[in-house]
Amino acid sequence: MIKFKGKGVYGAVAIGRISVFNRQEAQVRRIHITDPEFEKNRIKEAEAIAIRQLKQIHEKALKEVGETNAQIFEIHMMMIEDDDYNESIVNIIENQLVNAEYAVALTSDNFAKMFRSMDDAYMQARADDVRDISNRIISCLSDSVITEGSVHDDAVICADDLAPSETVSLDKEKVIAFVTAYGSQNSHTAILARNMNIAAVIGVGGKFLESVRNGDIVAVDGYTGEVFVNPDSDVLDRLKAKKWEDHEKKALLQKLRGKENITLDGRKVNIYANIGGIDSIGSVLLNDAGGIGLFRSEFLYLENSDYPTEEQQFTVYKRVLESMGGKKVIIRTLDIGADKQVDYFNLDKEENPALGYRAIRICIDRPEIFAVQLKALYRASVYGNLGIMFPMITSVSELNKILEICGNVKNDLKSHGVDYSDEVEIGIMIETPAAAIISDRLAPMVDFFSVGTNDLIQYTLACDRQNPRVEEFCDTHHEAVLRLIEMSAVNAHKNGAWIGICGELAADTELTETFLRIGIDELSVSPGYILKLRDTVRNIDLSKNK
Amino acid sequence: MITFTYTITDPVGIHARPAGILAKEAKKYESEVIIEKTDKSANAAKLMAVMGMGIKCGDTVTVKISGSDEEQAAEKMEEFFKTNL
Repeated sequence: MIKFKGKGVYGAVAIGRISVFNRQEAQVRRIHITDPEFEKNRIKEAEAIAIRQLKQIHEKALKEVGETNAQIFEIHMMMIEDDDYNESIVNIIENQLVNAEYAVALTSDNFAKMFRSMDDAYMQARADDVRDISNRIISCLSDSVITEGSVHDDAVICADDLAPSETVSLDKEKVIAFVTAYGSQNSHTAILARNMNIAAVIGVGGKFLESVRNGDIVAVDGYTGEVFVNPDSDVLDRLKAKKWEDHEKKALLQKLRGKENITLDGRKVNIYANIGGIDSIGSVLLNDAGGIGLFRSEFLYLENSDYPTEEQQFTVYKRVLESMGGKKVIIRTLDIGADKQVDYFNLDKEENPALGYRAIRICIDRPEIFAVQLKALYRASVYGNLGIMFPMITSVSELNKILEICGNVKNDLKSHGVDYSDEVEIGIMIETPAAAIISDRLAPMVDFFSVGTNDLIQYTLACDRQNPRVEEFCDTHHEAVLRLIEMSAVNAHKNGAWIGICGELAADTELTETFLRIGIDELSVSPGYILKLRDTVRNIDLSKNK
Repeated sequence: MITFTYTITDPVGIHARPAGILAKEAKKYESEVIIEKTDKSANAAKLMAVMGMGIKCGDTVTVKISGSDEEQAAEKMEEFFKTNL
């Protein structure tokens, strides 16, 4: 047995046989030609075939992975028809008197280089699309049949990386998992695998392909990112059981859509979703979230090369609020610093970034940036049910300053005749021990608390969560942490505020009953955990003594 | 020639898909549609060139339309930017 570890990009378990993906990368040779017109005609014909193929793949993808994911093949068709791309091919043929294949390969290199050099990760990944379409044209030129889908049953497709058209053109009936040596979370392979609901592990390393042969038995755990080649019987049994369990659970969970989050004895709890961008709204709705409990607004700043404008932010907030149709949407104001750095903020490098200049500290210090975000939020508030939440609170005076800035923003809007909702709820994150300890003073000032367990654990237990060496000291169920949460809950309720948990601990079903007993009103988790958590809640009976 | 400026509000900027629909739209007209951003410019009908500009949300672009149907094209293009980008 050989074990490999990569990054699981879709949680599922699969056991099957290795099918090494053989790309028909015809070695392109540079051949001197005398008739450029002939080569130009070959290109035309090859492109026509390539477009026909892509049309078919597009239709297949529409059925299998939906319109949004299928769009990439429409883009591929347009790329093949792109004037600059074709001009480059023709120029190379005419000026260098070379064969069509070589002209395409050279053009492909140049355009891929252009995308690769751009400063945006998304655009860099488009270099793969250029290579994908170019390889397709080249294979059409050489009449080589692309052996799409010729794999055996229960195939675990193994490759260095897969191009989008390659993943879709595979015979999905037979493919049960993907394992790639390289690839990123942003790659189409990862996205498509998630949409196809099959186990996928990426980035297991270059040695992987050398160590496997077609037909080897392989067990893939998309939850842990583990891949076992020729597993021994213990591992095989364990993963078989896990696979069966996984399958049963997923089938059951789908039945829970539309049902209430209610315990056996009738206690209801809100289950909301955590998201980091508007792309995830689809999965929020798909998993039947009761609202959005944590919308991380950082992505607006992280993906930009300069401070995002009020208008830009307004558009995004409005879109989230409208998409959720009146359900609660809690947007957390900017939380950068520590592990999330943004160039244009020009923050100094710090010895202890987690204890440093971050989140609300930056916002209070630079109200001109903060006010832009608040203005955009209040303007958007008329489009839905908004809650605004402030991160990293440690004191009453901080909160006073924030509330004053909010008041100023509202007055400003009013004086300009701009509408905003009076129903906007104001909340703070409880993620420092300080905030939990003085929660009796903070609660009267807000409508809600939301416990950020990741930071609360790190600060309470003095454990850097980025440091694997202290992982064993980072007991997420530590009594100190639970006491701080309970203390905050009691103080919230005494003062008419509600309390939720939006950290990773919210999804820990071992603690769900404890949280409900403490009086937690809302749990906010990644969309994929919502139904699982609902299932847990529906099996809890609080009337029984613990 | 007719010119207008527009600030991109689509949160993803002009990524592959928006560039694709933009190219489709620009090809409908006789006129040439040029997009400019600071020192870069591209013909809107050319997908890869537009993608290569890396236009992001919040960027302000200048759109120049010139040709026989420029008036109609400018009107439609401006509408197109407002609804799609």
